Amino acid sequence: MAILIVKRIVMMLFTMFAVSLVLFLLLEIDVETIAIKVLGQFSTEDQRAIWLERNGYNEPVYYRYAVWLGNFLTGDFGTSTIYKIPVADVLWPRLWNTTILAFWVFVFLIPVSLVLGILSGMREGSKLDRTISVISILTTSVPEFASTVFFSGVFVFSLQWLPGTSSMFDGFDWKQLVLPVLVLLVYDFGYVTRMTRASMAEVMTTHYVRTAILKGLPYRQVILKHALRNALIAPFTVLMLQINWLLSGVIVVEFFYAYKGFGALLLEAALRQDIYLIEACTMVAVFVVVMTQVFSDIAYTLLNPRIRFN
Amino acid sequence: MTEATINPATQPKNPVGGVRRIVNAIGLLRESPAGLIGAILVSFWVFVAIFAPLISPFEPNATLVPFMKPGAVNPDGGTFWLGTDHIGRDILSRIIWGSRTVLFYAPLATVCAYVLGILMGLVAGYYRGWVDDVLSRIGDMILSFPVLVLYIIIISTVGASGINIVIAIVFASGPAIMRIVRGLVLDLRNRDYVAAAQTRGESAWRIMLVEILPNARGPLIVDGCLRMGYVIINIGVLGFLGLGLPPPDPDWGGMINETRQMALIFPHMTVIPCIAISTLVLGFNLLADGMRDISLRD
Repeated sequence: MAILIVKRIVMMLFTMFAVSLVLFLLLEIDVETIAIKVLGQFSTEDQRAIWLERNGYNEPVYYRYAVWLGNFLTGDFGTSTIYKIPVADVLWPRLWNTTILAFWVFVFLIPVSLVLGILSGMREGSKLDRTISVISILTTSVPEFASTVFFSGVFVFSLQWLPGTSSMFDGFDWKQLVLPVLVLLVYDFGYVTRMTRASMAEVMTTHYVRTAILKGLPYRQVILKHALRNALIAPFTVLMLQINWLLSGVIVVEFFYAYKGFGALLLEAALRQDIYLIEACTMVAVFVVVMTQVFSDIAYTLLNPRIRFN
Repeated sequence: MTEATINPATQPKNPVGGVRRIVNAIGLLRESPAGLIGAILVSFWVFVAIFAPLISPFEPNATLVPFMKPGAVNPDGGTFWLGTDHIGRDILSRIIWGSRTVLFYAPLATVCAYVLGILMGLVAGYYRGWVDDVLSRIGDMILSFPVLVLYIIIISTVGASGINIVIAIVFASGPAIMRIVRGLVLDLRNRDYVAAAQTRGESAWRIMLVEILPNARGPLIVDGCLRMGYVIINIGVLGFLGLGLPPPDPDWGGMINETRQMALIFPHMTVIPCIAISTLVLGFNLLADGMRDISLRD
């Protein structure tokens, strides 16, 4: 088990390293462009030359990468050209806001998708199963940007229950969190539901479940004691990997609702070519994804009763 | 006695012709109502895209009368069945022409991604060893980005254009397809017919493309339909975020982005492209579901 964990972590570090190298080369190989992006289009030739000299950009690329990586690992991401303050000071509060958003999505996503998936996988082909399947195909087919429009139309415009933006200018407000969470939940739950259903349906056809039913155990007990334990392994990994999708989803939702989160920050950084902010945001996003992959791998091995370590 | 009966190896596996097979496939879809609805939705939009010049009532980029509600009459003749947008362009015509845009770029990107992914997957799965390691590590690296983050970084660095969107999609989806193909190849490469082909002395590429690939087509077709829907969503998202195709030519995602600030006062401008994109994606998803049902039945 320890070997597996170490292996996965080494792989993760390798991936992070490779991603950082590619990102660095993509954004920082051409120093002249960096100077223009940082100092602005109207800076003079001399100003750029002085800036490049002072910030060590005349060193060879491999040396610059080493310095950059060193700074990065110690939490020094450089200074944002949009906000004119250290990137870390912008990044961490924004990431926290997105964590709150993602937390509430998961609070609802886990029970909703698991319960629906189990209910439809329990009796494959039943009316309930077909209804749930159709609903989950329908909701995953409506892109997030379309559901933001639909939900805003209903809850903001027609019913006037909820605010149409979530910028939270006057401090934290529950009402402003409802629509972003709802949109992400509606788009994401269909996929997890279908995965849970597939896993549950597979378990229901196994011999031990059939035996349990035939020997006269109450149906409820068969489901709760025998089927669920094995049927929930796959959905658990799917849920972990859902964090990857969520990071894409928050970009759209935060952009639409003007929520001050990580996704909106990354988009703003990319659109306004704030290279240090792009680098930091991307590395954080990749780190989160790779971490969840490692966790889900390890958890899968631990949960799966067919794999045992001695 | 014909030659085919003498040598069974040269006899085609399925004697029915291409047209006949499509008719058979449609016949099979009848058994899956979801798949049939999907096929109808997709065919509807394909029809609209093909006949756009004939059915579109106005020029998609012509500025006529701004802020018209659906069903309003144009003073110069004709009716704005779905209204006009903030600079007076007929929304119905833009939706019709926009279907061409999306149904050109989405299949193009999906097919290119499949060509790349299939080639990489075949090579990785067939040769194994260091080729597999290298390709899989590169794939892992690309797949460790959240998809949209990758799109945004690529598009904002190289600029927004149709061809760049295709490149970004191919770059991001290629490795995912590679993983699927690789898994299928690892299973198929040990079959008897592959061993037979190897004994006959067939070249590696012939074995991969003629012996292995056709037998892996089932899961790939289902995945292709799902992926097509997903690519359509992503093209829409890029348009919505302002990273899509450059204006003024109609693009559904871009139409939503341009008018979303006015969505509360003129909902039709934003809601109609949303419905268009959702129905098209729904079509592909239902089609994939129907085909999965059919493929499981065999």
